[in-house]
Amino acid sequence: MTARSPLPYLKRALLAVLFLGAMTGGAAAVDDQAILAKKPPRQLSAFGFFADAARQVPATGVLPFAPRTPLFTDFAEKRRFVYLPDGQSAAYDAREAFAFPVGSALIKTFAYAAADRPGGLRLVETRVLLRQAQGWEAWAYVWNEDQSEAELKIAGAKLPMEIPLPGGGTKAITYAVPNKAQCKGCHELSGEIAPIGPKARNLNHAFAYPEGPENQLMRWRAEGILTGLPDAGTIPAVPDWLDEAAPLDARARAWLDINCAHCHRAEGPASNSGLFLTWDEQDPVALGIGKRPVAAGRGAGDLKVDIEPGDPDASILVYRVESNEPGVMMPELGRTLTEPRAVALLRAWVASME
Amino acid sequence: MTLKFSAGALAVTMSLLISGTGHAAEIRVSPADGTEKLIETFIMVEEGDTILLGAGRWDLADGLVLDADGVTVRGAGAEETVLSFKGQTGSGEGLLVTSDNVVLEDFAVEDTKGDGIKSKGSDVITFRNLRVEWTNGPDEKNGAYGVYPVSSKNVLIEGVTVRGASDAGIYVGQSQDIIVRNSLAEFNVAGIEIENCYRADVYGNMARHNTGGILIFDLPSLPQQGGHDIRVFDNSSVDNDTPNFAPEGNIVGGVPMGTGIMIMANRNVHVFGNRLANNGTVHIIVAAYPEEYDDETYMFVPRGVYIHDNTYGEGGAAPDNEMGEIIAGRTGTPVPDIVWDGVTRIPEWLTWVAAENRLYIDEADDTTFANAKMISHMLLPWETSPDRDISNHAGSLPAPAPVELPQDAEG
Repeated sequence: MTARSPLPYLKRALLAVLFLGAMTGGAAAVDDQAILAKKPPRQLSAFGFFADAARQVPATGVLPFAPRTPLFTDFAEKRRFVYLPDGQSAAYDAREAFAFPVGSALIKTFAYAAADRPGGLRLVETRVLLRQAQGWEAWAYVWNEDQSEAELKIAGAKLPMEIPLPGGGTKAITYAVPNKAQCKGCHELSGEIAPIGPKARNLNHAFAYPEGPENQLMRWRAEGILTGLPDAGTIPAVPDWLDEAAPLDARARAWLDINCAHCHRAEGPASNSGLFLTWDEQDPVALGIGKRPVAAGRGAGDLKVDIEPGDPDASILVYRVESNEPGVMMPELGRTLTEPRAVALLRAWVASME
Repeated sequence: MTLKFSAGALAVTMSLLISGTGHAAEIRVSPADGTEKLIETFIMVEEGDTILLGAGRWDLADGLVLDADGVTVRGAGAEETVLSFKGQTGSGEGLLVTSDNVVLEDFAVEDTKGDGIKSKGSDVITFRNLRVEWTNGPDEKNGAYGVYPVSSKNVLIEGVTVRGASDAGIYVGQSQDIIVRNSLAEFNVAGIEIENCYRADVYGNMARHNTGGILIFDLPSLPQQGGHDIRVFDNSSVDNDTPNFAPEGNIVGGVPMGTGIMIMANRNVHVFGNRLANNGTVHIIVAAYPEEYDDETYMFVPRGVYIHDNTYGEGGAAPDNEMGEIIAGRTGTPVPDIVWDGVTRIPEWLTWVAAENRLYIDEADDTTFANAKMISHMLLPWETSPDRDISNHAGSLPAPAPVELPQDAEG
């Protein structure tokens, strides 16, 4: 933790700005003060992010987005939104998450398809990342049964539920809402809380906006919330990991980047492993090829190297993505189930190596 | 501001001075408050606060994380306050510390699915009078490390007890300025392991009934490597008689049962005043990293090792596993008290090793020794026999300065 409460005069200035904003703004507006408050509101509705929360319809000024390849979290569907204070913009970065101004919010709802619910979605939790003066704050809110409100859960929650599976059928799981401290288990860069998804390579594709599909980066620029965007041809892009027309290597690397590389990078929580899985990592040993484990414990599964080219069954990386046992499975947080399509992709990728 | 003048008042005052804030509080939680209260306390604790854990037992399904600077977590004793993770369903470790100026003392962590207590990237971190234990005894399914500071600085571990770790009981990795003292490590694969570390003093510890007692290792392809300036002194490494139960693939999986002290790679390692007895494979072994690697910056052989004034009891009569067999195949049994694999870099093998990079031994006259001359054994077409002449290693190296920690300066 770093600096504490904002200076009183700053608070007064903010209140004045908000008062003016309330006079001129429309209905269903975001409450900037709630984003900047030292203590998070007990209820998600206090932020005003949604015009119709049950159907995940955002308020004015809140824009939906999606990364090309998502993090796997027990087959949950996600609705992601970004909010920036009026007139402000994020700065483009070719490699890292964009630099968002103070007062920005990233909102992510986890849900499962449910025909009997409004919008066909059973909302489980909504996580918010709030950009405050001293850095990002992360909180999780759990939805009530009738989806009218979500309550702050600082200590996280374990929710037994029946979820639909992609291939049909259902599965009983204990859904894990992270506690506040666990947020940093993934959202950490050089010791500070950081967003993961909103990077150029993840957003550089068309999103189905209500008005029609459009490249997200172009849209952000048009909305005035992103500056410094270079020529389209120079912006990196990951493929959709399920797109079989894309090269196998790129699909696997895209999956590893979004599922693993927030920890497995030189600036991340798993830096001490020496296993670095970012999209642009070039060193074969850092990627795990022929690399011996250092602190894997039983996570090594009696195997000798992270990746044994041509031999998925001899590769710790495949073993840990396939496992759903605490202490073995990777990622450590965010899932209790195995994603068989990811295992198949990584198996094919390792098998293709010479 | 609530500042109680208890035994911890001094520590709280110190934290206040360091943090410069006026909010240091003592927060008391007891098992009767429930696990959610405990989790919330760790999350909401603020810089300079002290968390007082009452006596009793918490059953936790998820790991705890401490991310606030200047916090002391104090239990009622290593037998009295127990955080049990027997029913753990998530997270890799029991307690993870990611902040600076932290003191953890007087509580126990039991039966974590992964590591026991880990600090990552902490500067000034103290583990004192803790117990980390897998209560079912040695088992491949136990977590890897008990007390586990990694990528940390100014690390003090004292008076801790660790039992049952499937890798190392006390493991310090990729850290700088470390003291491990007056601790007990038993029934682990490795009792105490210092890996890829700069400046460590390991003294006054008891390592018994592990597979291997004390390991000083350096591994390739890691963010911090080239471990150096390590002193291992006044420890007991005895009765290390637990069969190796590490999952295969881990480097400690190759350590033979009955290893007293093992030095692998590293530079400037001083081993003195230790008591070694009843280690079935070998009391002290100095060796090169045995695996293939692809890392031009890595030095795979130990550089500058000085072993002196240790005492040796019975040992070397029951060499274990592949490594034990290789050693015994060269030296016969009982294996000598001190064994060097004799591996050097090829140019050095052809010429000589510079004085500061050699192995020096100064022990009592009845101490036995063998240079296994593994490199000659591998490279030469004719049989070479080990060199048992300990006088070839006469001499000494200047000792590294004692490690000085801010934690000791406070006292």
